[in-house]
Amino acid sequence: MLATAIPIFGRELRTAARRPMDALGALLFFVVVGSVFPLAVGPDAALLAAIGPGVVWVAALLAVMISLHRLFLPDLEDGVLEQLLLSPRPFAGIVGARIAAHWLVSCLPLLAAAPLLGLQFGLTAPAIGVLLLSLLLGTPTLVLLGALGAALTLGLRGNVLLALIVLPMCVPVLIFGSGAVAASQQGLPVEPHLSLLGACLLVAVCLCPWAVGAALRLAVE
Amino acid sequence: MDSLRRIDPQPLAPAATRRRNGWRRLASPAVFHGWAGRAVPCFAALAGVLAAAGLWVGFAVAPTDHQQGEVYRIIFIHVPAAWMSMFIFLVAAFHAAMGLVFHTRLSALMARALAPTGALFTVIALWTGAVWGKPTWGTWWVWDARLTSELILLFLYLGYLGLVSAIDDPRRADRGGAIVLLAGVVNVPIIYFSVQWWNTLHQGASVSLTAAPAMAHTMLAGMLLMVGACWAYAVAVALARVRCLIVARDSLARRR
Repeated sequence: MLATAIPIFGRELRTAARRPMDALGALLFFVVVGSVFPLAVGPDAALLAAIGPGVVWVAALLAVMISLHRLFLPDLEDGVLEQLLLSPRPFAGIVGARIAAHWLVSCLPLLAAAPLLGLQFGLTAPAIGVLLLSLLLGTPTLVLLGALGAALTLGLRGNVLLALIVLPMCVPVLIFGSGAVAASQQGLPVEPHLSLLGACLLVAVCLCPWAVGAALRLAVE
Repeated sequence: MDSLRRIDPQPLAPAATRRRNGWRRLASPAVFHGWAGRAVPCFAALAGVLAAAGLWVGFAVAPTDHQQGEVYRIIFIHVPAAWMSMFIFLVAAFHAAMGLVFHTRLSALMARALAPTGALFTVIALWTGAVWGKPTWGTWWVWDARLTSELILLFLYLGYLGLVSAIDDPRRADRGGAIVLLAGVVNVPIIYFSVQWWNTLHQGASVSLTAAPAMAHTMLAGMLLMVGACWAYAVAVALARVRCLIVARDSLARRR
């Protein structure tokens, strides 16, 4: 499995390095959406601290959705996807490596920018730490679920469908993720939320690569 | 219709095998088309009779609730619709799984025929819930676990319907839709528990299989009659829709 995954992983990182705007687009979107909210709800510090965790998490969710639209599209257009499907190596491994590389390229920058957004909303230092931990555990699940939507809607008109399919399935991650930050703000234990996020991630890691592989096979046939 | 009859369901199987296969012959769209055509009027009539009886029991026989007054009678539509919305999702996902595993052409069509009815029941459950919530809780909508998960169930239905209607290739639409339904079924319990831990204000369930029901027997009878009516309606509508899908597929295949 690793022998399959590592070259694919490296290839994805190289392509991303040559087109940095693709990855940075999600980051910019994340920061802009997070900064627009205070303008809409007003500069009241207590209110901003209360809605902060949820806003940062929704911004992260939307940024992931935006970045996923082009996850498999270039490969479908230039025929790489067909070649990958012909490979004798396990396809789920290939898909897993692609998703992992995508997470590294487009979600890790979000984690780097998240403390900044946290400060904008007046989150305390421990709450920002929990926010980072929850994003670290939650965004891989979002990317795995989003990859399923991207594979199912690959080559179809309009990218609203992707969000329509994936967003309802992301609800638990959103709840546990923002719940963890809110709990730390109120001085409650955050471990249950983080454990549940980890459990969601494990389930997604076990099931999603196979489902994504099956959906990609359908898209190419 | 005649063109469908002419397709032999199992051209290679001898007559004896065909008889022995019994109900499994229904997996053939051509056989099922005829069977469904005979079944639809029966289920439709059953739905009409049960609904008439259920509404009569619910609105004329059942006593007024001593806490909520007459408003509680929404229960006779609300609860069956909510049950059906979840149950139909499970049935559609079951058909989707059958289609993925056994490659039966009919299974995906069944899932597709059931989904609009499920979405309709979800809307009815949400709508009647809001109408019931206003006089009893004083608000149209609360972000409680059951309401929220019902709303997300509606979104799952809409996502499935949006996907299958956006894909032109029938094979990809069937199998892609099946993947969405199965992913949804894995997700529904997780969503339910996540929103339940998130916030709960809803009254506890008043009908359960283990405890004695905490409602008058006539109320229960009216509700069960309405559940039966919804069942029969869902079956009739899904069968009628699947007949249309079979004919549409058949003419699509003929044109190629």
